[in-house]
Amino acid sequence: MSTTEQIASPPEQGKTVQAPSRFPRSYAIRAVVIIALLLFVVLALPSLLSLYYVDALTQVAVYSIVALGLGVLVGRLGLVSLGQAAVLAIGAWVAARLLFGTGLPYEVVLLASGIITMVLGTLVGLPALRMRGLYLALITLMLAGAITVVLASLNFPNGGHGFSGYNGALVHIPPIRRPGIATSDPAFFRYSVIVAAVMFVLVVAHLRTKPGRAWAAIRQSEPAALAAGVNTTLYKLWAFALVSFITGVAGGVLAGAVRYLYSIDFQTQDSITLLAVVLMGGAYSIWGAIVAALFLQLLPALLNSWGLSPDWLTILFGIGVLQVLTTAPRGVVEQMPKDLAKLGRLIARGFGRTTSKEVA
Amino acid sequence: MIEVSDLTVRFGGVTSLDGMSVRFEPGTNGLIGPNGAGKTTFFNVLSGFVKPATGSVTAFGDDLLGMVHFRRARWGLRRSFQTEQAIEELSVYDNVAMIHEHSKIGSADRRSDVEGAIAIVGLESVAYTRVNTLGAGQRRLVEVARAIVGKPRLVLLDEPAAGLPDAETAHLGEVIRGIPEHTGALTILVDHDMSLVSSCCSNAAVLDFGKMIASGPTAEVLRDERVVRAYLGGEAAEGVAA
Repeated sequence: MSTTEQIASPPEQGKTVQAPSRFPRSYAIRAVVIIALLLFVVLALPSLLSLYYVDALTQVAVYSIVALGLGVLVGRLGLVSLGQAAVLAIGAWVAARLLFGTGLPYEVVLLASGIITMVLGTLVGLPALRMRGLYLALITLMLAGAITVVLASLNFPNGGHGFSGYNGALVHIPPIRRPGIATSDPAFFRYSVIVAAVMFVLVVAHLRTKPGRAWAAIRQSEPAALAAGVNTTLYKLWAFALVSFITGVAGGVLAGAVRYLYSIDFQTQDSITLLAVVLMGGAYSIWGAIVAALFLQLLPALLNSWGLSPDWLTILFGIGVLQVLTTAPRGVVEQMPKDLAKLGRLIARGFGRTTSKEVA
Repeated sequence: MIEVSDLTVRFGGVTSLDGMSVRFEPGTNGLIGPNGAGKTTFFNVLSGFVKPATGSVTAFGDDLLGMVHFRRARWGLRRSFQTEQAIEELSVYDNVAMIHEHSKIGSADRRSDVEGAIAIVGLESVAYTRVNTLGAGQRRLVEVARAIVGKPRLVLLDEPAAGLPDAETAHLGEVIRGIPEHTGALTILVDHDMSLVSSCCSNAAVLDFGKMIASGPTAEVLRDERVVRAYLGGEAAEGVAA
């Protein structure tokens, strides 16, 4: 008798037992916050900032897509790729070539550079079918090095003719074309934020459905994923295809953002820095990608404006990665709320103490 | 019915399964034996992770070993592993739903099938909770729910009760005993907890050093002299016999 009472009592004593629901109210609140934030960034932000920071934030939009892609590979599948900056360079190259060589609308060029990069980037992902961890990182890094070498000898298109679209003898190099609706820097910033938002939606749609669950299974354990019926080869290639696609689109946006592309601006080690900031931001988190891009593009811009060399960031990122790996494996995005909550409790306790003293 | 005949697996010089032949009947079957006897190797052969040197496995008339590993889940093979495999980042619902997604059943009844499997193991109250917030016992139940969703034909459970406290093992036993009734699947249970095996399994088979040394009704098998000797070691068994 007493045992049945004990078993029966907890649900009654506790808060109301909520009926499980797939779409809790927090989803709706989150959606509203995201849309409001997006509207603020697109409509208000460019007029509040100088062109210098608008350009920096355009780069943030571009690199948030790249970071999101790397986050999918590292955070969702556990595949470390050190070739993502090279994949971005491929996207930028293809877009530049098409923008100089054709009159296609900018959106079509973005789509095309995404698809072509998807094909090439998936090839970079092929080694991932047989290996992971350090070896995969090494192989992708070397492939990235190879791509960098090829791009250095091929050069980025500058309005020349032929396959490469490069003419070393050109004196007046024309800038890369921008979409008609976004020729000014603030307008192009808005354009790139919207492209980034579309890419984020594409990725979230994957993560929330069958491929996302299959990737989570692969990350947890490949044998278990196979036993669950997941065609691991297919889903890994799918991940590389998706990531290469969005990175290629990011490359297309980058081409229009900087307007002049030089192979010297694409270094193999950029991929390593990219991994560092993605880990710092939080590889598992969607927001982590934005934080990573802010680290990578806004911090250098800030340091520059303060007259400091952005080279210091290498050291800062090194310390940051160390800190993240030792104390906050989920990155800044998940650590910050915890730290803030801790700080809040600390402050509250402090206040509590002072008030109790006052009372005393 | 699962018909295993002359199954041999070698890793270099080690013979993990040595001409294993046995027949598993519908219902819940125990597969027991000392550590290193080849139980998990046998499961790995059925899952397609290990290729046997010789032998065949016929499951309900189909040649199981002829199928690509990830297609076996589609055929109706489910298994749990000794190490925990519930996907931490996903909710209980998503953990179970992803198995359903990769089975050959359409999505029409997915929600009711998945919720049904979650109800059988008794996790309705945490169905939309992320697995990494659950305790060890509940995570095991998630794995069982993954094993029984979507009309499985053959369920392999590899030491599901290892490390669980008695109360949770008792609940797990109840759930396992219900698998044939709820799903119609043939279940093979590997565990070292003999009271769990004898309470769940009408039949049992015993592996020792890769050889089948006994099979039949569980109570008889557990009394078998060779089984006692295999578990207790030669000398101790002689003492028991004397």
